[in-house]
Amino acid sequence: MSHYLGVDVGSVSTNLVLIDEDGFLEEAIYIRTQGNPIKAVQEGMEQLSFRNKGKWNVKGVGATGSGRQLAGVIVGADVIKNEITAHAVAALREVPDVQTVLEIGGQDSKIIILRDGVVTDFAMNTVCAAGTGSFLDQQANRLNIPIEEFGDYALKSESPVRIAGRCAVFAESDMVHKQQLGYKTQDIIRGLCEALVRNYLNNIAKGKEIRPRIVFQGGVAANTGMKAAFEDALEEEIYIPKHYDVMGAIGAALLAKDAEISKTRFKGFGLSNIEFTADSFECSGCPNHCEVVNIKMEGKVIARWGDRCNKWKIVDNGVA
Amino acid sequence: MRKVSFPYMGTSYIPFERLLTAFGNEVVVPPRPTEETISYGTKYAPEFACYPFKIVLGTYIQVLEAGADTLVSSGGVGPCRAGLYTTLQEKILKDLGYEFEMITLEPPGRHLRDLIDNIKKLINDRLSLKDYISIGRFAWKQLVLLDKAERLSHKMRPLEVKRGDTTQTYKKCVELIAGAKKYSDLREIEREVELLYDAIEKKDYDPIKIGIVGEIYVLLEPSSNLEIEEMLGELGVYVERSMFLSEYTISNAVMDLFHIAGDRDAKKMAAPYFKEMCGGHGRESVGNSVLFAKRGFDGIIQLSPFTCIPEIVAKSILPKVCKEHGLGFLTISLDEQTGKEGLRTRLEAFVDLLMAKRKKAESFRVKSQYVKEMA
Repeated sequence: MSHYLGVDVGSVSTNLVLIDEDGFLEEAIYIRTQGNPIKAVQEGMEQLSFRNKGKWNVKGVGATGSGRQLAGVIVGADVIKNEITAHAVAALREVPDVQTVLEIGGQDSKIIILRDGVVTDFAMNTVCAAGTGSFLDQQANRLNIPIEEFGDYALKSESPVRIAGRCAVFAESDMVHKQQLGYKTQDIIRGLCEALVRNYLNNIAKGKEIRPRIVFQGGVAANTGMKAAFEDALEEEIYIPKHYDVMGAIGAALLAKDAEISKTRFKGFGLSNIEFTADSFECSGCPNHCEVVNIKMEGKVIARWGDRCNKWKIVDNGVA
Repeated sequence: MRKVSFPYMGTSYIPFERLLTAFGNEVVVPPRPTEETISYGTKYAPEFACYPFKIVLGTYIQVLEAGADTLVSSGGVGPCRAGLYTTLQEKILKDLGYEFEMITLEPPGRHLRDLIDNIKKLINDRLSLKDYISIGRFAWKQLVLLDKAERLSHKMRPLEVKRGDTTQTYKKCVELIAGAKKYSDLREIEREVELLYDAIEKKDYDPIKIGIVGEIYVLLEPSSNLEIEEMLGELGVYVERSMFLSEYTISNAVMDLFHIAGDRDAKKMAAPYFKEMCGGHGRESVGNSVLFAKRGFDGIIQLSPFTCIPEIVAKSILPKVCKEHGLGFLTISLDEQTGKEGLRTRLEAFVDLLMAKRKKAESFRVKSQYVKEMA
């Protein structure tokens, strides 16, 4: 039986999934990127190879996420796609009649509008990261509540406190002030969830027609408080897929499966023993002063990017 | 001798340098904006000023450090705050201790006297009428040719077989045009530019077409928009920009002199949505989007500096305009960020969306034709 590997390298997490030829998920791995995408991918591959025991026959690899170029080179990806398309593909596979995808990850949040199974509009946060997973994480830390229980606290609230949601800095100072006045923690947390949903709907989803069925995915979908706040604000039922936290990687794997690859570039599961390094230099060939990045495998440059004129391009760097 | 400099915007420094030199000035050519420029700009500009303000301020500091004693810039009228930028920049720079003269060229329609006086300051050689005509003709032709070379690069890039050919050709064309000595050279170069682009090996297909609208500085200066046109071209997209400097000069300087409104088509098209001007290029962004739609484009990208009011107004109208005309719409807010990955992600997804839309429209056309034939 053939299998397809999907790799999603995001700012906060790196996810790897394996799907079979019918598109069913066989294995999913979720790792914190911690600012080192190369190491995260290698660690993910090591965990996969540990579970593999030779039973998987990988026929194609898809890479996505903000670190998709890098992941693509290291793993040997056949398809490299942006995470918006990948998330839409994964959501469609799980809920064929989906019309709206809400996705909130570590640093990014996005909305994808679909009609008749085709993406018709999307938006992604640009200058502000308020309301994303990192911010919730930080607040949970500050309140000394494990992030896994954060949502349940919110659900216990009977009268949420109003928190300013426009900007993460405003939200935090508002929370601190309300805490000092003695409001209950659960009411503050519920208020924060509502503020973040308000910010999301007014900012990213501004002017978008949100129709059911609505799918909520990305790491933040684990937060039951956020789900409830979305349901209140939209007055619609929100569906959370079973593998909500690795949807991008599933999408990448599905894209690889549909690409009809005759021979994969996959480098195998033994990646963790290979040494990958990256360094950069400034090209002074013209006034552009491009910052060129070298990706090296065992000391040999296997890919380069960052130059505008393709002067430093390596022919056949393994990236389609 | 005056040592003159001016803001950097696309390739316009080439004819400006020629013009100012011919008038008897020494020219300090501004450098292409880099991270250094932006760090000067953000250090001394008010935090809430827009990105173009910061880039231009940074450029001024670089050219003053290089010895310039006169800065020339265009002014402006109307609600966009950019009209007052030169005054504010002059104040900031003088507070920093720089000594120089700021010459602001206002549109001729309202301040003709001022404009003439200001231009006189920049003329330091005795020239005959014939000289003026030949200098003017040369600089104008250079400007038009530079725009033409850029336009051709947008057209060819999606079709190129070898990635990077067009960018190299464009670079060569700019060098040729910049090196021209006299008017007759330019005519030969025009032919050569066409031949150079013809020589690029091309694929034959119908690329996705995207029209770019928005604020003038971020449209015209590639370093401020993360080279979006190049990025789109390499994704196989034909890009057309709503604004080029030569056209802008005609509609805002020449026609203004005779009190004729420029960009009349765009304004007419914007009328159902946008009756009043809101400053900047807000109304033109809307009108030009309609014009792109009528020419069969697939989508519109709006570029605006973060906090730009005219573009914020346009941004709230454009989704409706694009929906009514069946166009995809993406808006991009630009600021100091220099990481391109985020932009590339959005552009890739936008192109995927437009391709899916086109495919769907085609299958619908085939189906309806089939139904017609059956009937």
